[in-house]
Amino acid sequence: MLLLLARWRWWLAFPVVLVAVAASTAAASWELVVVLQEGTQVYRLGSWAPSIGIEYVVDLLSAFVAVIVTSVSMLVIIATRRIAEREAGDRLGAFYGLVLLLLAGLTGMVVTGDLFNLFVFLEISSLAAYALVFQGGRPAMLAGYRYLILGSIGGSFYLLGVGFLYFTTGTLNMADTAAALALDASARSVQAGAIFIFVGLGLKMALVPLHLWLPDAYTHAPSSVNSLIAPVMTKVGAYAMMRMFISVFPDGYLTNVVPIADALLLLGLIAIVFGAIVAVAQRDIRRMLAYSSIGQIGLIAVGIGLATPLSFVAAQLHLMNHAVMKATLFLSAASVRLSTGLTDVSDLTGMGRRMPGTMAAFTLGAIAMVGIPPTAGFFSKWYLVQAGVESGQWVVVAVVLASSLLSAVYLFRVLEHIYLRPAQPDAAHAPVVIPQGGSNDEPADAGESPADVIAPALLLGAATIVLGILNSWIVINVLDRAGL
Amino acid sequence: MTETFSSAGPVIVVAIPAAGAMLVALSGRWPNVRDAWSTIAALAMLAAVVAMLPGVLDGRIPQATLIELTPGIDVTLRADAAGMIFALLASGLWVVAGVYAVGYMRGGNEHKQTRFFAAFALSLAAAAGVALAGNLLTFVLFYELLSLFTYPLVTHRQTEEAIVAGRKYLTYTLSGGVLLIGGTAWIAILGIDASFTAGGFLRNASLSTGTAWALFALLIAGVGVKSAVMPLHSWLPSAMVAPTPVSALLHAVAVVKAGVFGMIRMLAFVFGADMLNDMGAWQVIAAFAAVTLVAGSLLAIRHDNLKRRLAYSTISHLSYIVLGVAIVGPIALTGALLHLVGHGVTKITLFFVAGAIHTRTHRENVSELDGIGRQMPITMGAFTLASLSMAGIPPFVLFTSKFYLGWGAAEVEKQIFLVLYLVSGVLSAAYLFPIVVRAFWRTSDAFTRFGEADIRMVVPLVITGVLALAWGLVPNVPFSFFDLATDVSSAAFPDSVSVAGAR
Repeated sequence: MLLLLARWRWWLAFPVVLVAVAASTAAASWELVVVLQEGTQVYRLGSWAPSIGIEYVVDLLSAFVAVIVTSVSMLVIIATRRIAEREAGDRLGAFYGLVLLLLAGLTGMVVTGDLFNLFVFLEISSLAAYALVFQGGRPAMLAGYRYLILGSIGGSFYLLGVGFLYFTTGTLNMADTAAALALDASARSVQAGAIFIFVGLGLKMALVPLHLWLPDAYTHAPSSVNSLIAPVMTKVGAYAMMRMFISVFPDGYLTNVVPIADALLLLGLIAIVFGAIVAVAQRDIRRMLAYSSIGQIGLIAVGIGLATPLSFVAAQLHLMNHAVMKATLFLSAASVRLSTGLTDVSDLTGMGRRMPGTMAAFTLGAIAMVGIPPTAGFFSKWYLVQAGVESGQWVVVAVVLASSLLSAVYLFRVLEHIYLRPAQPDAAHAPVVIPQGGSNDEPADAGESPADVIAPALLLGAATIVLGILNSWIVINVLDRAGL
Repeated sequence: MTETFSSAGPVIVVAIPAAGAMLVALSGRWPNVRDAWSTIAALAMLAAVVAMLPGVLDGRIPQATLIELTPGIDVTLRADAAGMIFALLASGLWVVAGVYAVGYMRGGNEHKQTRFFAAFALSLAAAAGVALAGNLLTFVLFYELLSLFTYPLVTHRQTEEAIVAGRKYLTYTLSGGVLLIGGTAWIAILGIDASFTAGGFLRNASLSTGTAWALFALLIAGVGVKSAVMPLHSWLPSAMVAPTPVSALLHAVAVVKAGVFGMIRMLAFVFGADMLNDMGAWQVIAAFAAVTLVAGSLLAIRHDNLKRRLAYSTISHLSYIVLGVAIVGPIALTGALLHLVGHGVTKITLFFVAGAIHTRTHRENVSELDGIGRQMPITMGAFTLASLSMAGIPPFVLFTSKFYLGWGAAEVEKQIFLVLYLVSGVLSAAYLFPIVVRAFWRTSDAFTRFGEADIRMVVPLVITGVLALAWGLVPNVPFSFFDLATDVSSAAFPDSVSVAGAR
């Protein structure tokens, strides 16, 4: 529908998308309020009873994640309007159609109460994401192709796992599956199913060593796309992983019978260290942020893997915090690229003066990532460290604490370039020409991006502090009641 | 006895410099307005602290509880006697350092002065937060912010050397912060109320020995970084690359003082005397502090660069304070708190002088200072006063503090530290007096064209130089440092019969 409309009147695309996303954000927020007051909401599609019909279940966890996904996406879409217009050119209608498809898939994954339906939404969002990455021109082709292959493998693994569960339980509804598994989960097929689901979702959330698709996809995708998929895409994978722990498999099954929690814990720890160390070595700022994401996903995985109520709180909180922080950072990078076409860390010299607003947003995001209190990033680590102490997992405590320092290494390196190093007058770093469409006639010494780019970035940056200060409220009222 | 009452006072103290930073940042285009804001904020902050002083001396402790930071733990600001000492010192020295900084930055035609003064004010807000933090998490919050806000000051010159020093500074301070966060999170998960309590809040927590030692290692190493206890000290000499007012801020007003103040908080208010004695943990700190105290002095003698020499002197003198707390005795604690104040006012004078010499003559090495006393007699006069104080000559302020430190060591039968304090006094003389001798008694024809520095630099250094003498004679005027220090001691050692001078 939108696609047709957009082909016809391309300039309408943005307002329509904006209205759609805003409505979706409002609906998700309203849903969160309703769930907070009345408890879990269930909607049966077509009024068919479960096991035949598809059920949508919104509990606190899904409402929480839905609000994050929709609100962050809304801000990103507002901020990247100009960038998208330039990057997508006359294919803007198709571009925004894909964006909406992506969001529909992601929100669908969050609210569904059906294992197979989750797969459908997973594939919808993934297909939209592949297509969006392909918009990035020639280098994006290979990246997108790899993303497509690996993403499809991940989806297939998940589907296989669901199939194995179906052998035993005879249902695809999450609640029914959980009830059946609670009675008898001893079958081999359940174990195999759990492992397949774990691998499939691990790939979607880019958990090391299943992360290979992510760095290239984030680097070569158009700026308007990576700002959108980086904050939310992997998070929804993580959400699905949590959902398996909370709503599908019986209590203790994934920790004791099949050691998936341990695997998540171990791989998460490796991811934290690996992501941060590789990020230090990157020249391209988007690639650095991509590896940083891999490390941050590790924190969420560790939170899930510890599998205690407190660690789930930490994982959910970090899911939110990282979405906001990464959106801030990617938007800042996109803003730099919009004005100057520059992408390397070393190109940022002197940007503190040229683009003060963008760089302020970047600084806020960076400080939050390092985890200086009272920013949001501090508190995810705070709860995670506590969960580690509580479980006697001292390696977790040490790695999580060290992750702050590792983030500081690569982020302050960027801040040094922005604020401290003198601007390079030489032409050795000629601006990269943005592929496709739009005009590139802006001079390399262009100033700040327009306000509609900076304002959302700054808003997200400010949100890292506000969410940090409000974390106590969020934890007490939402997350404590949403988790294990 | 003390009672706590709810008051906005502590919040105002933290808010004034934060608001000052905002005003400074907004008025960057008009340097005179900007620098006026900076000075007004400093005076307002001092006034706000002093306003709380009479109540605190009467045992009425103002406390403000702000938002709940994590479930069960609030941001709490509480102006107890120990916090008041640090808050008074920091805000008082900010007044003089602020005026001096204006003279220095304009005299040296430094760039980005707005960023500089804004970050300076923010650092003071963080330092005030450290001083008045009522519980461990609030302390950590401001301690981390202090690292962050001082980073642009350390790297102010933006040279390669400054950037490298900044990296080192962040590496050390953030690592320390991370250790503190680990310890704080651990205490929180144990369900212990981490409000600072004289005598230690861990005392009644019945921790296992292993846990107690682990917490001890995390928390003490955490504050040990900013206290520059060896081997965690090497960021401090590197940070000397920053402009002199920053050195003053680092050494006298905020940063290292936040470190040793944190050490006092950890030892006397988290662990407490009983636990330190039972665990035998005091010996560990005392050993590190004793080594630092002597080694710092010896290294100071070897350095020809004046600022570096002063940096190592700071490292040594900080360990006076750390050792004073580790001795675990009421009189030694009084001495440690007095030394915190005395070293602040004395060392800031020395740095002011170093900066004044630098802006006038661009000389930084001790060997180039022959005869400078005749060109800059007022400046070098202040330097002489401060040197006498550093060496612990009566009746200067650092004599008083060192007297209490030594007496405190003897009181609890730890005479070896008394000897150490005496030896180190001689070493302090050995690295400072030669400078005075060179300045006044050697001649050189290199200085004929120089006079005194800008009046905005000379007046502050004279004030602090005179205070280094005056507070030795009357430590209670005007800020009642002595009474506050004995209040802290008698609260931390309630069983002690003879807290020296206790009212």
